[in-house]
Amino acid sequence: MSARTAPALPGRKAAARASSGRRTGRTVLWHVGVVAIALVVVYPVIWMLGTSFKPATEIVTSNRPWPLHWTLQNFPDGWHANPGVTFGKFFVNSLVISVLAVAGTLLSCSFAAYAFSRLEFRGRSVLFAAMVVTILLPYHVLIVPQYAIFKQFGWINTDLPIVAPKFLATEAFFIFLMVQFMRGIPREIDEAARIDGCGPYRTFLWILLPLTRPALITSAIFSFIWTWNDFFTQLVYLNDTEKFTVPIGLSLFVDQTGATSYGPMMAMSILALLPVFLFFLAFQRLLVDGATSSGLKG
Amino acid sequence: MSSTARLDRQASASPTPATKEHRTIRKQGFADRTAGYVFLLPWFAGIAIFTIGPLVYSLYLSFTNYDLLQSPKWVGFANYHQMFTADPRFMHSVRVTLIYVVVVTPVKLALALGVAMLLNRKRRGIGMYRSLFYLPSLLGTSVAVALVWRSLFSQGGAVSNGLASLGLPKTDFINDPSWALPAIILLACWQFGAPMVIFLAGLKQIPSELYDAVDVDGANKWERFRHVTLPLLSPVIFFNVLLETINSFQAFTPAFVISGGTGGPADSTLFYTLYLYQKGFTDFQFGYASAMAWVLLAAVAVLTALMFKVSRVWVFYGDGGNR
Repeated sequence: MSARTAPALPGRKAAARASSGRRTGRTVLWHVGVVAIALVVVYPVIWMLGTSFKPATEIVTSNRPWPLHWTLQNFPDGWHANPGVTFGKFFVNSLVISVLAVAGTLLSCSFAAYAFSRLEFRGRSVLFAAMVVTILLPYHVLIVPQYAIFKQFGWINTDLPIVAPKFLATEAFFIFLMVQFMRGIPREIDEAARIDGCGPYRTFLWILLPLTRPALITSAIFSFIWTWNDFFTQLVYLNDTEKFTVPIGLSLFVDQTGATSYGPMMAMSILALLPVFLFFLAFQRLLVDGATSSGLKG
Repeated sequence: MSSTARLDRQASASPTPATKEHRTIRKQGFADRTAGYVFLLPWFAGIAIFTIGPLVYSLYLSFTNYDLLQSPKWVGFANYHQMFTADPRFMHSVRVTLIYVVVVTPVKLALALGVAMLLNRKRRGIGMYRSLFYLPSLLGTSVAVALVWRSLFSQGGAVSNGLASLGLPKTDFINDPSWALPAIILLACWQFGAPMVIFLAGLKQIPSELYDAVDVDGANKWERFRHVTLPLLSPVIFFNVLLETINSFQAFTPAFVISGGTGGPADSTLFYTLYLYQKGFTDFQFGYASAMAWVLLAAVAVLTALMFKVSRVWVFYGDGGNR
């Protein structure tokens, strides 16, 4: 199981062997414990996956997370659950919003992060502190006045209230994440660039931005996932079925009570989380490290 | 934020030696001073239009009656007065939220710390477990996960059926006023992964010599934890407590999805944010909702300040805590 249990080299003392035996016991116990936690953690996901392939009758009658008789029927059923509009439309809407959010966040937050981490100007530390405070500011405090303001702009029922703020660096968390990363890049590099005649703008574009790539990727993925999963903002601003996103489309299932709708509901939930799963599989290391460093180094 | 203060110190400590070649750099640095503001332009615009502007506007709105159709009508402190004296649902939503925060924060963090300590060793597969346990935090507050929870815990759901097969009574958790909130609390605790990875990184920073030292003194496991792990981890614990508390106050999606937007059954899941949403976006009482927003802001601000104050007593910023 573990590498530690293996080395039973010849010529080892009996006492050492006995203690290694005890250690093997502890190792096994540890693995049992961790696997148990892992099962509890993934059970809801497995259940979701299993249910999405179960026929309606089986969902109520069987406790097995995995279907007895596999069916794909839940997917078309869920896809067309809402009259007049399919989940395809919701997916396109969600994708547009999420991609724009990523673009806006990367652009505006990398600008701000460069200023905070590399440039000297009056009031920097005060502004930096203000930026950190906005990370902690509860969003619900802003939603009512923002709604009133966007209503005057004529932005209600468009993507603008969701997307436009991202282009103005409102996701301060990502500024913070990038500042952390940029501070780790040796200053000698941009000083060398400056001696070679690079101004602050070209230094940012050609030197610092390429070096910040890991933080940019992490920010892009987090920004995508958070916008993709975000429900509150989209619920508030999007009113027409035509404009609905995946989270809103999913929430419509709540009105259909009873276990019969579980299959289609879980089928669409799986599809909704598919991008998140894929990003997780591809970039798990980066995501976990990003979540760690943004918390810890701060 | 103390951590930020530390960062600033680190930044301002960058030396500016006055050697000749450095002086030429500093002369060019003149352009930098404006460049700083130029790079911050989007952020300045954002914070003005989307943060400070709305904050001030909502403070004004909180003293008015406003339904979005007619212009705001000044009512003084009427909204605040009504909230605390004549709105039992408001007080109830405060109670629900406080129960949620007070239960979720310690339970989730204890779970996160426990699992982090379990994973803090050199074994094969640690990286995989770490990622796996983080996954629920990534799925986070998505509607999909809330729907899974709703299905698992309602009538005929897997949890109810599972308990029934153990001979326990069948419970429809989601529609039972005494069980709906615990189900949502459980959902929050399931997402222990985010604080866990932060704890794990913190644990790795603790120098092993310290453990060796107390081992020489014959310390047992509890003493090792109490006298080395806990004090050296205290900055990270504080960070997690702060973040989780503030996040818990803002929980919305699970309660909305699981109760179908009502906060039911019998208002048992009427979170503060959910009630604020109802007041604003179903009842169109924007003045009242703004007042609620400001009460929330004040509560979170006071709590944060209090936590920083108390942290001076128990958070240990020793050499081990400083990276």
